[in-house]
Amino acid sequence: MAHDTTVHAGHDEHHHESPVVFGFWVYLMTDCIIFGSLFATFAVLRNQFNGGPSGHQLFEISGLGIETALLLISSITYGFGMIAAHKNEISKVIGWLALTFLLGLGFVGLEVNEFAHMIHEGAGPDRSAFLSAFFTLVGTHGLHVTCGLIWIVTLIVQLMGTTTIPERMMNKLTCLSLFWHFLDIVWICVFTYVYLASMI
Amino acid sequence: MSDIHTSSSGESHGSVTSYVIGFVLAVILTVLAFAVVATHSLSPSGTILALSVLALVQVLVHLHYFLHMGGGSEQRWNNMCFVFTVGFVAIFIIGTLFVMNNTAIHMMSR
Repeated sequence: MAHDTTVHAGHDEHHHESPVVFGFWVYLMTDCIIFGSLFATFAVLRNQFNGGPSGHQLFEISGLGIETALLLISSITYGFGMIAAHKNEISKVIGWLALTFLLGLGFVGLEVNEFAHMIHEGAGPDRSAFLSAFFTLVGTHGLHVTCGLIWIVTLIVQLMGTTTIPERMMNKLTCLSLFWHFLDIVWICVFTYVYLASMI
Repeated sequence: MSDIHTSSSGESHGSVTSYVIGFVLAVILTVLAFAVVATHSLSPSGTILALSVLALVQVLVHLHYFLHMGGGSEQRWNNMCFVFTVGFVAIFIIGTLFVMNNTAIHMMSR
């Protein structure tokens, strides 16, 4: 049965994807369930301050805006990287991936800075149920972005010195593209329901 | 089995134009969400409603322009997987909120 699928592989040369990409899509859906459960936890605990600081006192809209902008811009730079990859322009792909990496690094840097600042002020994850849920949810997203950054570096290294992009490499780039854009979608929910909804 | 293969081949890659359109829409929706909160122009419940609508639309924009989801038959399995997950997560979140709220009322902790 599995070999039947390869018969269809060459029917359209513009479509490089294989079952690998579908498998990765299924993984993303399970990741979606992880984030769903963390959002549910946060929604239940969002008002349990235990006398500690509330989101209204902790969150700053300007820092949030910069983080959101970095992640959103990194989405389009990755998209341009994918377009270059389909044209087999490897140096451009590496350039766009490097730019995406820097933007993502900026995002993680700002987030780590924000966390460190909060913990320093005594608003760490051990302060209240609200803060435990906050650090778990936003921290899990940040960890995913960090994994994405490591993945980008790995692919840049693998692309260096090559002249063509074989189907295997294209699959890797496509999977990372899905992962990166998926993280941006999760961030939309984070900045809306965790940050902005607490600032009203 | 062949369906599974063709499902992933439905992953179209988009063009510069489609990425730019998606990006501009996402920026507009993000700025609107921030503006609604920063200007306090709506009532608290109105703000939550506006934020939810803006977030939902932006998620759809991302799914369409960045993740290239569509209604094509070659994407059927991707879409079925997605619909199942969204349904599951919706039941999960709404159910959790309902049960925990109910518990809080019965425990008179709220």
